[in-house]
Amino acid sequence: MSEAIVVDEVSKSFTMQYHRTMKQMAVAMTKGQDLREQFLALDKVSFTVEQGESIGLMGLNGSGKSTLLKLVNGIMRPDSGSVLTRGRIAGLIATGAGFHPQLSGRENIYLNAAVLGMSEAETNRKFDDIVEFAQVGKFLDTEVGHYSSGMFARLGFAVAVHVDSDIFLVDEVLAVGDKPFKKKCIEKMQEIRAEGRTMFYVSHAPGSVRKMCDRVIVLENGRVGFDGDVVQGIRYLKYDSSDEGLPEDEQTDDELGSDV
Amino acid sequence: MSATRTVDAPLVPPSGGQGLGEVFRRRYLLRLLVRREISARYQGSFLGFLWSYINPLSQFFIYWFVIGLVMGLHKDVQNFAIHMFTGIIVVHFFTETFNAGTRSIVRNKALVKKMAMPREMFPVASMLVSGFHVLPQLVILLGVCLLYGWTPTVLGMCALVLALLVIAILGTALALLFSAANVFFRDFGQLVTILTNFVRFGVPMIYPYSMVHERFHGHTEIYLANPIAQAVLLMQRAFWVGTTDDPDKTIVEHMPDHLFTRGLISVGVCLVLLAIAQWVFSRLENKIPERL
Repeated sequence: MSEAIVVDEVSKSFTMQYHRTMKQMAVAMTKGQDLREQFLALDKVSFTVEQGESIGLMGLNGSGKSTLLKLVNGIMRPDSGSVLTRGRIAGLIATGAGFHPQLSGRENIYLNAAVLGMSEAETNRKFDDIVEFAQVGKFLDTEVGHYSSGMFARLGFAVAVHVDSDIFLVDEVLAVGDKPFKKKCIEKMQEIRAEGRTMFYVSHAPGSVRKMCDRVIVLENGRVGFDGDVVQGIRYLKYDSSDEGLPEDEQTDDELGSDV
Repeated sequence: MSATRTVDAPLVPPSGGQGLGEVFRRRYLLRLLVRREISARYQGSFLGFLWSYINPLSQFFIYWFVIGLVMGLHKDVQNFAIHMFTGIIVVHFFTETFNAGTRSIVRNKALVKKMAMPREMFPVASMLVSGFHVLPQLVILLGVCLLYGWTPTVLGMCALVLALLVIAILGTALALLFSAANVFFRDFGQLVTILTNFVRFGVPMIYPYSMVHERFHGHTEIYLANPIAQAVLLMQRAFWVGTTDDPDKTIVEHMPDHLFTRGLISVGVCLVLLAIAQWVFSRLENKIPERL
């Protein structure tokens, strides 16, 4: 077994700027206020993911999950420490990752596939599968900006799952899909997992994490709070007490549980 | 239960290769971006692609009327219209690259924030799109020149290539610098509009170079240090000179000496500028996704 993702002592901070114009800055300076403030989103996070592992990344809102996912995806680079990955990465960072609203669905499929590193021949070969999976039907040549949010997300997911990737990242994409599509997504993700690809799954839904992952990492205020067994991880987050969670979450969970 | 899958790839940072080299390594993606940009630039407009002709042509007629007819430069400069149109093509290529390039990253927010790709892609694509729009203008120019009895020469074609190279490299360099800067302060977008105004009047387009030479009594070093002025002169050397009655006399009268040496030096200077722009871009790039 070899490592697929190595995150070593990674920190990332953001600068919060309170004042943007010269006038605001001048006023703030005379009042002695801070012009900017550093916010530490990730604080010396370290972990290693083995090839073929399926990781559930959990944590409360604002705990740094999305930032970590962006670092692993290569959209951002860490301030200190290092992120190393092996092989091609695909996945969905939020819904409709990087679609251009003025382009048609067809054009967006090609563009998105190219950004994810697919060649023209590869895209041509998989094009029908992608369209079939996305179920956009006659809207294929309509501008994506006019799509419903569900269609938008479906198209994004369809492209991402058809990339021949070694690492697959998922960031709460299932939130917008309807029931049949969710079912399809879960099946597809199980397939990806069964192929031995590494999966990195960000979710608030304990049910799907339990089904999908064999290890859980919990982030707490930018630090790794828990790293290990799935059931314990969910318990660590206190997400297991079923009547506490959001109703929608629970509903999702039931579906996911019954589907897979 | 899961199948074992071996990945041969090495363990590397996921942000992958950055920089201009990577942009040209991923030509397919670049081509898609350029094609998208071309179709998107005049999207939703009835005249569509025709606008890329109308814009320079309207400029041409304004200058032709004011400078040529009203101020009477027609008499001093033979084929003044061609003299001016060569300049307009060069200036238009530059200002389009500069303008669109500066806004390219902010405009492609959605992609920049959510996908990992070399961000130099966007300014470079802007330059290529502007370059693409030069082609129809060149065709018009070529047609007119042929009517005036212009014949292609090897030296003239070298001048054309040099002129386009200067603008392409300089445009990319400035687009890189300003596109990154524009993310942090949108003021740079405004600055570009002002700078492009200077460009129009800082090149021998609506007046001949010989006039500048006369006014400054031969001290035109600073004027000629402007690579865009160089490019315009080279372009005129390529087309306008050949349409005059006595090209050799025109070269002596209206062109600076050592035109080609100066042109080559301009290319060199622009390449250095491009290297600096790339360096600055790489330093700013880290903060781009979070500041958009």
